[in-house]
Amino acid sequence: MIFYVARRVATAVLVVAGVIILTFVIARVVPGDPAATWAGPHASAAQVAAARKFLGLDRPPAVQLASYFGGILTGSWGLSIHTHRPVLSDIGAAAPASLELVTAALIIALVIAVPLGLISARWPGRAADHSIRAGSILGVSMPIFWLALILQLVFSQRLRLLPAAGEFSPSLLFTHPLTRITGFGLIDAPLTGNWAMFGSILGHLLLPALVVAAYPAGLIARLVRAQVLDTIGETHVQMVRALGFPERTVFGRFAMKLAWNPVAAALALVFGYSLVNTFLVEAIFDWPGLGEYATASIQTLDTPAILGVTLFIALIYVAANLIVDIVQAAIDPRIRLR
Amino acid sequence: MIEAPTPFPAEAGTLPRGPALRRGLRANPLLVAGAAGSVLILAVAVLAPLIAPFPADAGAATHPFAVLRPPSAQHWFGTDDVGRDIFSRVIYGARISPLVAVVVLFIACVIGLPLGLLAGYFGGWLDEAIMRVTDIFLAFPPLLLALAFAAVLPASLTTVVIAIAVTWWPWYTRLIRGQAASVAGRPYIEACRALGISRWRILHSHVLPNSITPLTVQVSLDIGGVILTASALSFLGLGAQDPTPDWGLMVAEGQNYFTTAWWVVTFPGLAILFTAFTFNLFGDGLRDLLDPKRTFLR
Amino acid sequence: MRLAITGLQVSFGDRRVVDVNELVVGQAEIVGLAGESGSGKSMTTLAVLGLAHTVGATVRGSITLDRTELTGLSQRELRDLRGRRIAAIFQSPATAFSPVFKVGSVVHRALRLHGMSRDEATEAADRAMRQVLLSPGLLDRYPSQLSGGQLQRVAIAIALALRAEVLLADEPTSALDVTVQAEVLDLLRELRDREGMSVLFISHDLAVVAELCDRVAIMREGRIVEQGPAARVLSAPADPYTAALLAAVPVIRAEAAP
Repeated sequence: MIFYVARRVATAVLVVAGVIILTFVIARVVPGDPAATWAGPHASAAQVAAARKFLGLDRPPAVQLASYFGGILTGSWGLSIHTHRPVLSDIGAAAPASLELVTAALIIALVIAVPLGLISARWPGRAADHSIRAGSILGVSMPIFWLALILQLVFSQRLRLLPAAGEFSPSLLFTHPLTRITGFGLIDAPLTGNWAMFGSILGHLLLPALVVAAYPAGLIARLVRAQVLDTIGETHVQMVRALGFPERTVFGRFAMKLAWNPVAAALALVFGYSLVNTFLVEAIFDWPGLGEYATASIQTLDTPAILGVTLFIALIYVAANLIVDIVQAAIDPRIRLR
Repeated sequence: MIEAPTPFPAEAGTLPRGPALRRGLRANPLLVAGAAGSVLILAVAVLAPLIAPFPADAGAATHPFAVLRPPSAQHWFGTDDVGRDIFSRVIYGARISPLVAVVVLFIACVIGLPLGLLAGYFGGWLDEAIMRVTDIFLAFPPLLLALAFAAVLPASLTTVVIAIAVTWWPWYTRLIRGQAASVAGRPYIEACRALGISRWRILHSHVLPNSITPLTVQVSLDIGGVILTASALSFLGLGAQDPTPDWGLMVAEGQNYFTTAWWVVTFPGLAILFTAFTFNLFGDGLRDLLDPKRTFLR
Repeated sequence: MRLAITGLQVSFGDRRVVDVNELVVGQAEIVGLAGESGSGKSMTTLAVLGLAHTVGATVRGSITLDRTELTGLSQRELRDLRGRRIAAIFQSPATAFSPVFKVGSVVHRALRLHGMSRDEATEAADRAMRQVLLSPGLLDRYPSQLSGGQLQRVAIAIALALRAEVLLADEPTSALDVTVQAEVLDLLRELRDREGMSVLFISHDLAVVAELCDRVAIMREGRIVEQGPAARVLSAPADPYTAALLAAVPVIRAEAAP
């Protein structure tokens, strides 16, 4: 097991190095002269040259890459053109809210999709199966930004059931101000006993989380169905039936255990996926996370910020895949015994 | 099927013919529905000038006196903030999405297929090198990488195509590489080598045809995903610009009026949903049809 | 007459895959059911277990176990019989055990399902393992860590531990190499002799059938074309199909040393 973990971590480190290099390459793809952009439209040639020197663009590409690399590793990810703050600190401030959103979305997705997938697999070909399959495909075909707008319109505007935007009710800023410790509202509120705020955040989280959950739910339901159906046809399931186990045990214990494998693998995938989907949702709901930060950066052409967010999410994605791989190896002995 | 190729790609299979095909189609209503819907969308795209009541509205026309009209007999989908007929714009938008998808996937295949074949067949350091590069690309969630590329390039439909193609090719490289590697290991390939047939000939006549079926299934599964990704990029303002009747762009433009003029956002979005849905149905049905492991229980 | 199959018809819709007039297995007897692959032999096993519906087949006819009619029983009653009175072992033992469970967990669960306490189950399992000449410690392993022969013996051990009366052996040695095969065959003989088990041995390998079985039935496209004592059927076949099958078995002639 140790060897497997060590191997996987080593691979991940190499991939991370490659990811950093790739973001460097993307940064250099920007058409036009970054020095000229920095110096401004009315700069003289000398000022542009000075800007170039300041930005380190006069050095050979290899040196630029090395210093970029070093910068990333030491935490200086550049300055945001828009906020004038270090990109990393901007990201650090925005990340918790997005992580809350994505986690909530994945929980909702699992709670909905796993049972539906099981039902679908248990009685294949029946009406429930067909509707669940159609629903799953609908989920993965959904334009997330559109769904966000529609749900916001229906549930907030028209039905007035859920709050339309923001992380919490603005009035609570005065009556129950939140002391931030970890940066995660849903952790800090209970920690400080601020239950009014906790409830408000949850209420505001619900709608965006539902929207982000659409895609993972569709994907997971299909995966569970496919995996269970595959497993059910295998000899070992027949053998267990032949031993006299009732169908619900055959299904519930023996078939299901193998279903978790692809679901676990998919969790890393949908985690990264959903984190990026927040870009399409947070601005609409005014949810103060990475998505909102990224959208604003795109609109202001804030390249350092955009690339910083890209790199950040890529790193999280690599880490998520690594964790899932290790957990999978722990559950399924075939992986680590190879 | 999803905005990125599924990590569990389709198994290789062969397309059934004749009565087997008819039986397969009957057992696969999803495929038929998806195919029908896809054909419908393509028909709409091709016949757009004939179907759209106000073709000029898909372009630069503006009608200041017909701004934000709700759906009516004259304007089935209402009008937008400069008075353009939304129905016509949605119709013309059908020309954009599938075209973008086709171009993107074509480029991704053109890059991914040769690389995958080389990596799978020759193995060794070439395989390692190509796989490491694809690993790095695949370390990014797809939309993210496309977004990063699109953000640093000037906003246009071309940018969107390039950005998505650049992030899509690694999936196909990996897929083809796996197929090519397994085909390359088969005894008959070794027999070919023993007969002295040149490597390129083997690649071209044997490895290529046998690796291609899962790719075609994957491509059909991916059309919906590319359409969603492209519309997302357009929504963020990185793609087509006004007055192009791109659906994602239309949703973005309609955001500000959404609370009072719901139709500006709803119909373009429904178009995206419908298009992605039908192509996904089609791709899914196709995979089921070709799945060699169809158990009786299905 | 332990297990008696009479007028059994198994169909997939209109397509009948098994049409057996009569097939009986007595106490302490090994009856071979031989024929080509796809002749419906495995479906017979599923039908006896009452599991034909799980692959979408329908069953008509009579299957009696010690005069208890099986075909009319409810699934609940059948479940009680499965494993405890009628056991089954399958081809390809590597796939017969779920890869993510330790082998012993399936064994213990099966024993406890049929009424044993935890201690009784452990004891019975260990004893059965030793009877099949395996160390009980192997129960702690995963299927991928055991060889095909070992896995098949574990499967037999379950039948032993549950003291089943009938064992349906569906091509149990087809996936094993010859030396391992011999050990499994020895075990089956022991089951017959020491435990008095009735064994229905299904196989496409006539040589194995000849070596092991007391009586043999030849199946072709779901029908039994010939039945009788193994020695008689396989040396003097009455049916042309049987003769053809026998002719297809390659014979290795020993050359006399010069």
